[in-house]
Amino acid sequence: MTDITATAPVVGRSLWADALARLKANKAAMVGLIYLALMALVCIFGPNFLPHPYTTIYPDYVRTPPSLSAYPKPEMIETALQDAVRRMRADLEEWHEQDSRVFVTISSAKVIDERVTRYLDRSDTFNDARIESKSADGLKLTMSATVEKEYFLFGTDNTGRDLLARTLIGGRISLAIGLLAGCVAVAIGVLYGATAGFMGGKTDEIMMRIVDVLYSLPFIFFVIMLVVFFGRNFVLMFLAVGAVLWLDMARIVRGQALSIRRQEYVQAAEALGVGAGGILLRHVVPNLLGPVVIYMTLLVPQVIILESFLSFLGLGVQEPMTSWGVLISQGAKNIGSANWLLLFPAFFLVSTLFALNFIGDGLRDALDPKDR
Amino acid sequence: MLRYVFRRLLTAIPTLFVIVTISFFLIRVAPGGPFNQERGLNPVIKANLDRIFGLDQPLWMQYLRYLGNLLRGDFGPSYNLPDFTVTELFKVGLPVSIQIGASALIIALLVGGTLGIIAALKQNKGADYAVIATATAGSTIPTFVIAPVYQLIFATTLALVPVAGWAGGAFANKIGPILTLALPQIAIVARLMRGSMIEALRSHHIRTARALGLSDWSIIIKHALRGALLPIVSYAGPAAAALLTGSIIVETIFAIPGVGRYFVEAALNRDYTLVMGTVVVIAIFTIVFNLIVDILYAVVDPRVRYD
Repeated sequence: MTDITATAPVVGRSLWADALARLKANKAAMVGLIYLALMALVCIFGPNFLPHPYTTIYPDYVRTPPSLSAYPKPEMIETALQDAVRRMRADLEEWHEQDSRVFVTISSAKVIDERVTRYLDRSDTFNDARIESKSADGLKLTMSATVEKEYFLFGTDNTGRDLLARTLIGGRISLAIGLLAGCVAVAIGVLYGATAGFMGGKTDEIMMRIVDVLYSLPFIFFVIMLVVFFGRNFVLMFLAVGAVLWLDMARIVRGQALSIRRQEYVQAAEALGVGAGGILLRHVVPNLLGPVVIYMTLLVPQVIILESFLSFLGLGVQEPMTSWGVLISQGAKNIGSANWLLLFPAFFLVSTLFALNFIGDGLRDALDPKDR
Repeated sequence: MLRYVFRRLLTAIPTLFVIVTISFFLIRVAPGGPFNQERGLNPVIKANLDRIFGLDQPLWMQYLRYLGNLLRGDFGPSYNLPDFTVTELFKVGLPVSIQIGASALIIALLVGGTLGIIAALKQNKGADYAVIATATAGSTIPTFVIAPVYQLIFATTLALVPVAGWAGGAFANKIGPILTLALPQIAIVARLMRGSMIEALRSHHIRTARALGLSDWSIIIKHALRGALLPIVSYAGPAAAALLTGSIIVETIFAIPGVGRYFVEAALNRDYTLVMGTVVVIAIFTIVFNLIVDILYAVVDPRVRYD
């Protein structure tokens, strides 16, 4: 509702200032915006601060459940020790912990080589192993090593990689694909739609029939064909996904362009002698921007879902690189034994989609001139 | 009306032709072929296979032959499932997909429609917000998240239903796939219904009906619902075509022997005939359901006439 006052001259607010004010008043959209910004920051910078790179495999920690406290748990030290000692081909006599070091005594029927300490170093659990004492006949050996504390807040996956690092890297990929493919779709759609809308007549007719035909092809078929053509290339995936999603954009922009051209203010501008370029910049582009921005925010979640869908089918991002879709599909295969593999990535994906949807709805409310 | 249906079916033929042509050449331009295996086939065997399936002929010949066979209703043999013709595969898979899809659609229309009406009647009250929240959740959470989470809760944790499988169409095996398919549709239908119902309740004829002293119930069911159904009808057409031809995600996760899986598998294996068959079947479903939508339009809204 605009306030129409006859008494004082009203200082008009521009479309964008008005929209911004409306957006700021929309709580859901603002929360979504903040959440999305945080998610982007965490995904972009988070992996650099994590102690575990997303590709590093910890053989001692395969499918470790998520935990806020540090690994190894006491019983895991025992298992890890037994593993290491078995590799030394010796017997575990006793072990105890003292001053954050583990002291192990092993014995064997043969003389023990002092180099066996490397078996402790090789394990993910221990570090800095050294010989403490050795019996005179060399059949008994006491070593000490520090226990390496590892935090796996989200647990680890089937090969022992930190799920937190993988989820954040996956988020990086998913968000980047969403944004880039969204931009590609918008660029193609706006150019195509605007051209069709401005040229009008036969050109418009032919261009829109082409869109109709592409529309009637099964969408999945189209996507899969693009993936087949471009191979499983990461960058080309962006383009392929973007190249499929421009059809809606083209239709929307064409419709807008057609209707804007017929508006009275455009006719007035023409009558005043404004050139085609002036009309384009002053009237058409600003009026197109609203629907384009709205559609773009709705497009990004669509792209993320599509990318996840392709990755789910094994057509998308390839190992060791990952995305939320890849992680979810791996989680779906392990729900019986390791449900955290599904739950964490699914939560990240779904909450991001919610945030994007709230922003999209908020922008639509803010920019829709009919609602004023 | 009959003449209209006939005319529509006639205009569907060129559409179908264009779709068949584009997909035929699109899948053929893709690198690789049905018999290009990782280990490599003996060239003599490959040449023989190509000859048997007519792949050694020029592309335009193959295209004309495929069109001819298609006109006779022959989809050809599947390249990668050599004991089956495409028709046989569809005969087995399509009833499964249709069963799941149709159940999901009916549930979506009934539940989604009811929720939408409730939300519209209680606009800006608790019930309305609850429906909007459910609808937002339902349309935001992707199927490939809903399905495994359903399996996690109801199959592995509570052990109420089997995790996956078809088991000859046992009821417990169908619940998951149907619910997973229906949930996003319920969300969309509820949203559409809420919007159109609010609009319908504001219209003049409803005000007149109220002024005449009709009961709330009869106003909603007899008068408002009819007008509010139009957007639902136009949404349900394409949705039905998509649901009945099977969902790749749901059929993969729940291991259901429908036709939805064929598409991706066939395209990746360059099983040309199976891909083409799927494209044609989906196109036919789409065309038929769009026609049904247009006919239903005239039934729901007497102002719409086709002459």
